[in-house]
Amino acid sequence: MLDLTATELLQQQTAGALTAEAITRTFLERIAAVDQKVRAFLAVNDTSALDQARTIDAKRKAGHALGKLAGVPIAVKDILCTKGQRTTAGSKILGNFVPPYDAHVITKLREADAILIGKTNMDEFAMGSSTENSAYQITRNPWDLERIPGGSSGGSAAAVASNQAPLALGTDTGGSIRQPAAHCGIVGLKPSYGRVSRFGVIAYGSSLDQVGPITRSLGDAALLLEAIAGPDRRDSTCVHRPVPEYSATLDEPIKPLTIGIAREFWGEGLDAEVENAVRVAVKQYQRLGATIKEISLPHSPYAVAVYYLVATAEASSNLARYDGVHFGHRAEKFAGLIDMVKKSRGEGFGAEVKRRIMLGTYALSSGYIDAYYLKALKVRRLIRQDFDRAFAECDVIIGPTSPTAAFKIGEKTADPLAMYLSDIYTIGANLAGICGISIPCGFTSGGLPIGLQILAAPFAEEKLLRVARMFERETDWHRRRPVV
Amino acid sequence: MSLSADEVRKVADLARLDLTDAELALMAPQLSAIVDYINQLQQLNTDGVEPLAHALDLHDVFRDDEPGQSLPPDEALANAPARKGDFYRVPPVFGD
Repeated sequence: MLDLTATELLQQQTAGALTAEAITRTFLERIAAVDQKVRAFLAVNDTSALDQARTIDAKRKAGHALGKLAGVPIAVKDILCTKGQRTTAGSKILGNFVPPYDAHVITKLREADAILIGKTNMDEFAMGSSTENSAYQITRNPWDLERIPGGSSGGSAAAVASNQAPLALGTDTGGSIRQPAAHCGIVGLKPSYGRVSRFGVIAYGSSLDQVGPITRSLGDAALLLEAIAGPDRRDSTCVHRPVPEYSATLDEPIKPLTIGIAREFWGEGLDAEVENAVRVAVKQYQRLGATIKEISLPHSPYAVAVYYLVATAEASSNLARYDGVHFGHRAEKFAGLIDMVKKSRGEGFGAEVKRRIMLGTYALSSGYIDAYYLKALKVRRLIRQDFDRAFAECDVIIGPTSPTAAFKIGEKTADPLAMYLSDIYTIGANLAGICGISIPCGFTSGGLPIGLQILAAPFAEEKLLRVARMFERETDWHRRRPVV
Repeated sequence: MSLSADEVRKVADLARLDLTDAELALMAPQLSAIVDYINQLQQLNTDGVEPLAHALDLHDVFRDDEPGQSLPPDEALANAPARKGDFYRVPPVFGD
């Protein structure tokens, strides 16, 4: 049962072969058996998940209408507020924070009758690419427990890859869904900016953050996106656009299909095995009739620099709310109000969060704002224009998700800049607001998964999923599971 | 370009972050390396380019002003580190 996709779990319940309770019990047992090794979860909802499952089974028995994800367990990143349940964003500063409301996506999951099975580990405030920045625990890559699962949604990706949950939600500010999905050999979708409500998502970079699916199949990603997307009056940047039935059109190939290959995505730093796997994938698309077109995204080499100004500037402003006054940690000893704020923040935030707040504060400070923050916003427009030009001549852009496979725990912690550069292919999509996905496309000789990134224009998720599905149905990379 | 310990201390003060001496010592070279990397943006000519603050062409989004339920005080204050009645309790703002 653990290998079944959400789509299959739904079918089996409809057919009467499985109950929500049996499914939930099986996944809870799996978590109990393997999570001491993987350490994906910060909290497991043993009791409430089973209660929810029994309610759904009773509704089904009584012939009531059921939601789109009825009886399917889902793990959610601990950055999503859950009413009455501790939500930490991986930070000590929120160590005792119990939100008084649900994030919009959590409300949508409850409406869809999904089973909330637990909350997953993450880099503190989603700042990181390895999940090593969590204040609570190190999550391990299920394919090699000595390696990182990617980040910042590393807990969600590791949970899905190790069959501890069929579905998960992550958030992606600079690649935090796609990169861990690539490192764990699964599917990770970052929706276009404005596709999914950010209400109740603990903010990092508000012009970049999006919530999205982490799954083992494209069918499941389509289904989960359908369940969470759409307007919300509490997020003014969540647009009023109908949500297509992604799962209904998923199996229709895009014909004719023009694929853009950006020459900037194949440069220095790209591991040879990763490059080879992605080139083989491009050839596969060619065999399926796609036209391959070499394109250029001339400003993409500047994306990391722009990101680490824009995201940190927004973070320094967003994280100003953690002042020990309204909620979160307050220092015990201090001399006056300002000192209380400083000490609370000094004690509550971890090293990477401090570094980014410092960088953002510096970029916004008097004398530097024009040279750094405004300059970055101008280059951001040039990056967006590169994508606009590219999507005028091709349907999607294909390349590697990450320049290397998963690195070793501890390998990059001493060098923040090296860690930042591992996001080089994913960051552009957040700056430009376009959608992107990572799907499995092979393994290194050492047995580590490799991710293929596909990017599409804003709100072209339907096309993105259909193009990705063309590859998935021809290959079986997505069926491989690690032995934990 | 490198940030001096004094500059780093000033930024930490602006950010209301209490950093230990060990943190300050580590932060200066790390931030300097990142700022050096970021300085490559200065090579680009951006004359006449409008800044892009976020990807959506949205301005002034309105919704109907419908009265709704507010968070009851006890729920709003449930996470407060210190409270007094229906208020957040903090050290004196003025004086001392």
